[in-house]
Amino acid sequence: MSAPFFEYDLFGDGVSLIVALVIGIAFGWFLERSGMGSARKLAGQFYLTDLTVFKVMFTAILTAMLGVFWLGWLGILDVSRVYVPETWILPQLVGGIVFGTGFAMAGLCPGTSCVSAATGRIDGLAVVIGMFAGVLGTGLLFAQLASFYASTSRGTFTLPNLLNVSEGVVVFAIVAIALAGFKVAERLEARAHAPRPT
Amino acid sequence: MTEKPYSNPYLSGFGLGLVLLAAFVVMGRGLGASGAFADAAAATAATVTPDAARANDYFARYLNAGGSPRLDWLVVELIGVTIGGFVSAFFAGRLRRVIEKGPRISNQSRLTLAVAGGAVMGIGAVLARGCTSGQALTGGALLSVGSWLFIIAAFAAAYVAAPLLRRAWT
Repeated sequence: MSAPFFEYDLFGDGVSLIVALVIGIAFGWFLERSGMGSARKLAGQFYLTDLTVFKVMFTAILTAMLGVFWLGWLGILDVSRVYVPETWILPQLVGGIVFGTGFAMAGLCPGTSCVSAATGRIDGLAVVIGMFAGVLGTGLLFAQLASFYASTSRGTFTLPNLLNVSEGVVVFAIVAIALAGFKVAERLEARAHAPRPT
Repeated sequence: MTEKPYSNPYLSGFGLGLVLLAAFVVMGRGLGASGAFADAAAATAATVTPDAARANDYFARYLNAGGSPRLDWLVVELIGVTIGGFVSAFFAGRLRRVIEKGPRISNQSRLTLAVAGGAVMGIGAVLARGCTSGQALTGGALLSVGSWLFIIAAFAAAYVAAPLLRRAWT
């Protein structure tokens, strides 16, 4: 067992920044390839005319989830050394609602707004500026939000913990749900693009 | 150069998933975007009002121990994202200086909505401790309850807001 490499001190902070650049370039490349740098294409997700966001996102989640599961099972990846985003129930629920509203307004999310801006889209640049202002403003008012921000903390809390089943069961269920979702997505797109009855 | 069509979403999603998996295996952490905005905001605050930034519990976490701006992993990663997006669009002939919007909305209204939407997302990302990258993709793949809650809440809210915003897109 020797992965995660950085956690096992196979390289230091300097190299980790080169890794950051390479991983970022690959991340941006696949976002642009799939059309996720286009606000019109992303907005199609919310009007059920173009479900690229759902397909790309869930294929990525399935790929990485299965990769972690199998590499952990084979003993190649020490899963306990991979940082799992911690859970704060109410901040993440409310934050998610606020975020989703902004997402529908902007037509882009923070990562894709950078791709959009980098490929010449002025609206993408506007989202980047707005996002920066939003984070800066919320940060300045943080004293007022601190107690809510720290509320309902659950630490590292995973779906297998919540449902009290094994990780394999959750992985299998998410794969099954995603595959069914892909089928629905294809049907919705076919319906949206079918010629309208006269 | 004519624009090439976008690639198959399942294929590019698979590529994106391998990038995320590589981050887990090499670094022991996932991807992010909003965290880099927090670094930039904290660095701005630390430059303009150093004492206030140091005393701010949110900004302090995105600064060096002494309160000076830092070069964080996520900042470099997000610089990479812009480079990767640019290079991909360059080779596909998709670099275009445009304002993307629906046919019924003016350029100025679209840009106002874009800034406002970005700001609202900024508030949400601070509260949720991440965005579509750090929570949805990373936490989603690692089966975090809070991340799945974020995914469901964000998409539910977007679908509720979308009918009110129809003029901007269709």
